[in-house]
Amino acid sequence: MDLQIHTENLGTQNKPQAAFETEDFEVSFGPQHPSTHGVLRLQLTLDGEVVIGCVPHIGYLHRDFEKICENRTYTQIIPYTDRLDYLGAMNNNFGYCMAIEKLMGLAIPERADYIRVIIAELNRIASHLLAVGTFVQDLGAFGTPLLYCFREREKILDIFESTCGSRLTYNYYRIGGVSADIPADFQKKVKEFIDYFKPKLKEYEDLMPLNAILLVRTKGIGILSKEKALAYAVTGPNLRASGVKFDLRKEEPYSIYPRFEFDIPVITTGDTWDRLRIRMDELYQSLRIIEQAIDNIPQGEHIAKVPKILKPPAGEIYFRSESPRGELGFYVISDGSTKPYRLKCRAPSFCNLAVISDLVKGVKVADVIAILGSLDVVLGEIDR
Amino acid sequence: MMDLPFILNFLLMCAKAAGLLGFVSISVMFLIWWERKISAHIQSRLGPMIVGWHGALQTIADTLKLLLKENIVCREADKLTFWLAPLVVFVASFLPFVAIPFSKNLIAQDLPLGLLYILAVSSVGVIGIFMAGWGSGNKYSLLGGMRTAAQIISYEIPLVLSILPIVMMTGSLSMNTIIGAQKNVWFICYQPIAFLIYFISAIAEVNRAPFDIAEAESELVAGFHTEYSGMKFSMFFLAEYTNMFVVSVIATTLFLGGWQGPLLPGIAWFLLKVYFLIFVMMWIRWTFPRLRVDQLMDFAWKFLMPLAFLNILVTALVMALIK
Repeated sequence: MDLQIHTENLGTQNKPQAAFETEDFEVSFGPQHPSTHGVLRLQLTLDGEVVIGCVPHIGYLHRDFEKICENRTYTQIIPYTDRLDYLGAMNNNFGYCMAIEKLMGLAIPERADYIRVIIAELNRIASHLLAVGTFVQDLGAFGTPLLYCFREREKILDIFESTCGSRLTYNYYRIGGVSADIPADFQKKVKEFIDYFKPKLKEYEDLMPLNAILLVRTKGIGILSKEKALAYAVTGPNLRASGVKFDLRKEEPYSIYPRFEFDIPVITTGDTWDRLRIRMDELYQSLRIIEQAIDNIPQGEHIAKVPKILKPPAGEIYFRSESPRGELGFYVISDGSTKPYRLKCRAPSFCNLAVISDLVKGVKVADVIAILGSLDVVLGEIDR
Repeated sequence: MMDLPFILNFLLMCAKAAGLLGFVSISVMFLIWWERKISAHIQSRLGPMIVGWHGALQTIADTLKLLLKENIVCREADKLTFWLAPLVVFVASFLPFVAIPFSKNLIAQDLPLGLLYILAVSSVGVIGIFMAGWGSGNKYSLLGGMRTAAQIISYEIPLVLSILPIVMMTGSLSMNTIIGAQKNVWFICYQPIAFLIYFISAIAEVNRAPFDIAEAESELVAGFHTEYSGMKFSMFFLAEYTNMFVVSVIATTLFLGGWQGPLLPGIAWFLLKVYFLIFVMMWIRWTFPRLRVDQLMDFAWKFLMPLAFLNILVTALVMALIK
């Protein structure tokens, strides 16, 4: 008899009832928060420490890049591309200029090609360094790894400063080449950097797998499966960490990348640790490209003979290149005038960020930060 | 002291308290400057360099700035709790100084239950932290406060358990008796595991990295003291460094022979050992990432506690065998 009543009771109460009333907890992460990498706002719904929902709110940095471009000449647009992904500004310049050159059918001097590739890869190293540094900082290693990475990045910025005068938004590439020739000691400085950086990189490589706390915080956290990555159109290191061998430098070779020997590192698990590892691996590959290119810069012009007033023929083009964060695409429609009729930018961080709502369900608050940090998004190009 | 009239006794007490407070303030000021210098050199920077010799007066300048700042209490705050919290936290961190033996005779009051007293009063601080988290009316603060309450209560257990073997060996809770028992050999030689458990738990007790989930800069902005500014904030700061000092003192007393040492006077040895332990804590802070809250709990309950119990058991067995 007793038993019967008991089972009846169980049947009516599907959920175990809490002793007191509980409520979900809504927290806004950002837009003013130490680890949102810009002005991202994550609206988190928490059950204690566990995340049950996450809605990213973007747009705080919106500057209407695409509309502005319709009112600027093709050359005037270049500095605006700097401000998309400000950590990989050289690569943005690169992608945009290549798109317009392709639209115009412009051939550029070989020297310019070499300079562009070397600069773009140096920029990739600087960007990845920052990604690694800020990621470990987000895990709570306060300051030290970030400042180590900053120290290395500083050397690259010094090279850029001597080359084009700027340290963050370079405006260096031009349609047809680059704005100025490299300084006389450029090759020497880059080689010095490589000699300096290689042992340091080795040191970090050795250091990180030894740190038990780092491993326990990153391994198996925020696993992005191959299918999900492809479904969300995730690109760049995040995709390669999920086991897809896709790098536009190999898939759709542009500029002079086919001339160089380099590998596309791929890792299969797709957790935050892998996303950290893949960036470390890519640093080696970028160094390899620079090493092959630096001694072979041919003599000649640094910019092709381009008319003062650029008027690409009417038509449209989509050109995509591999920025440090993934597939950076520019879709340009020209009506034959000096300004583009329409310019659309496909920013890699935008797609990479979209995956976060899915990844953070059911993890702890601290893991949200780890996952966001490992995706390495730059809000400048998400909001545009 | 019982013979003195009440008023004299009271005055003496006040003088001792003032002396200790002065020592604590100066010590904390030094520690803040030291931490900034250490962190800077670990990170290949220079740190404060402008105010005074190598920025030695920087902390004084900062303290002045904090004193002159406006008192901000948010609308949503629970006013009384919000005001009381920093006081509770600081007082709890200051009370243990009564029983701290700086040197052979330099001790405010050698309580027969000194160790128990220190452990008891220093764990009151968690109430203050939770009050701050609750009283701020801020979600980050509340999360930080909850985390701290859970963390400190969890780590209190392995901390006390790691001390027990020492108490068993000396049969006393008086700080000076424990120091006296280490005349020939420091207890760290007999009890290395207990020392490690104690030190790890102590870092967690004072909320330092890698166990600083209560503040968790990159997750919870500043945790329980997100809404605090000015003098109230500096009370938390003062309490944090005072706590570091206290736990290092306990470690020194229990495991490193306290103020005993050759040549130098007792106070010098005492400070040397304490500051060395604080240096190790700083070193750890600027080197390691932070653990996640559940991993932290796992570590305390599933690893440190069984280990501490095992240590007690082994100590008891060995003691029984020797007898």
